[in-house]
Amino acid sequence: MSDIWTIMWKEWKDSLFQGWRAWIRPGLLIGILGIIWPVLGKSAWMDLSVIQMVVILFFTFFVIISIVADSIAGERERHTLGTLLASRISDRAILLGKVTIVALYGWGIMVVGLFLGALVSNLADWQGQFVFYPIDMVLFTLLLGLLVGALGTILGVLISLRMATVRQAQQTLMIGTIVLGVAVIGLVQLLPKDFFTTFTLDEILLMAAGLVAVLDVLLLGFTLARFQRAKLILS
Amino acid sequence: MAEYAIRTHHLSRIFGSVHAVDDLSLEVPAGMVFGFLGANGAGKTTTIHLLLGLLEPTAGQATVLGFDSRTQADQIRARTGSLLEFNGLYERMSAEDNLDLYGRIYHLSAADRQARAKELLTHLGLWDRRKDQVGTWSRGMKQKLAVARALFHRPPLIFLDEPTSGFDPLAAATLRDDLATLVKREGATVFLNTHNLAEAERLCALVGVIRQGKLLALGNPDELRFKQGGPQAEIVGRGFTNDLLARLSERPEVASAELQNGHLLLGLRGESEVGPLVSLIVRNGGEVEEVRKGAASLEDVFLTLMEEEHA
Repeated sequence: MSDIWTIMWKEWKDSLFQGWRAWIRPGLLIGILGIIWPVLGKSAWMDLSVIQMVVILFFTFFVIISIVADSIAGERERHTLGTLLASRISDRAILLGKVTIVALYGWGIMVVGLFLGALVSNLADWQGQFVFYPIDMVLFTLLLGLLVGALGTILGVLISLRMATVRQAQQTLMIGTIVLGVAVIGLVQLLPKDFFTTFTLDEILLMAAGLVAVLDVLLLGFTLARFQRAKLILS
Repeated sequence: MAEYAIRTHHLSRIFGSVHAVDDLSLEVPAGMVFGFLGANGAGKTTTIHLLLGLLEPTAGQATVLGFDSRTQADQIRARTGSLLEFNGLYERMSAEDNLDLYGRIYHLSAADRQARAKELLTHLGLWDRRKDQVGTWSRGMKQKLAVARALFHRPPLIFLDEPTSGFDPLAAATLRDDLATLVKREGATVFLNTHNLAEAERLCALVGVIRQGKLLALGNPDELRFKQGGPQAEIVGRGFTNDLLARLSERPEVASAELQNGHLLLGLRGESEVGPLVSLIVRNGGEVEEVRKGAASLEDVFLTLMEEEHA
């Protein structure tokens, strides 16, 4: 556990918060989620509809894939990976440390944006009392944000394992995200017509969370199997 | 600690049709600096990767600090420090944080990490710049920091892969001096990959020469000089004709006679006297201004080995 924490500390120091540029991406997402949309949407923003949730999750996913490419491909590009692999730290700790910090970072930005959005929406359109998001919707957004963030992070690490440069990894991830988006839309259209009437919204969101969690576990297992010192050294 | 820090037995690694390391059998006693000499692409870096268990050997085996590189690589990496072909420093982090990271990786306590960073950075003259981002440092400073990182957790064995490669002579000499002092003080075994012969002569008690993955020679620098080079004489003067060279070559005490930049170089057998040879040169019309007698340098040995293998 302490090794995972060490890698998280390293990622934080080396990549996530280095200089003012590091604040651009989170600042942008927090600005959109926490200020611009709540001001434009006013009290309607506080409904936290399914469409709002999907957009929030997409933005979170997008921020994560834009930074996760740096995790392995960046280390390889900057020639720091070899020395790290020559140390005593295990493959598993390197991988889990990187995945955990990036997923938490993306999720943390989403949480800040979401709660700031509630505050800004109330200030922009005061209803005589403080209005908060529907509690089930906010809980599902937090849960799905974490799971979708983890999915983006694991996918990002898996792809950046095979890429020589950060740029290559980022481009592949962008294309992958579009393909994934199209696949999800296609999948939803394949569902039986009475699916959305048979189940409640909470049940559907719970199923979606379960599906993403299963995907997370499967992909993490696959990535752990692929993440081997000898392969990384030779690549 | 094991009597031998490193032992390899017919160690080989093949990439496709390339024998990167070919039947390497080697013993490096604990507590010494071992120099692994070879040109670029000779197999030096692959050997380090094999010893650290980062690559699996195609055949043979390696034991490092008593641990098998194939099955106990984690134990090896827990007890070694490395400076590989790239310095591996995180350039957006400070020097202090770079060392702190590796201290954390090797489970040093916070107090120990702090004290060790101060000790090493002060010794290397980098303490005042410890808060700087490493990316703003000169190449020499970065390399010194990378050496400090390799030594940070006091490993009994350190791998250094071309630590002065690409340095100007002054920077290389400074780093070599720092390395020599630190290694002596820490009492660690050092496996030093280099193609810099002056470096090997300055630092190493035992030297191995590798070419195309094969170990060509192994011994201490003096032994290698004696075995491969023997004593030699360099004669400065004029009138060194081909006829004179042929006459000199016929003498039993002369192993070789050749002209190099107008100077006459004589390879001698055993502890031969140069006086009779000078007389022969003068009798045959040559003029002698200066005679220098000495042993072959490690560079001569290295070049001879390379030529022999090539021939």
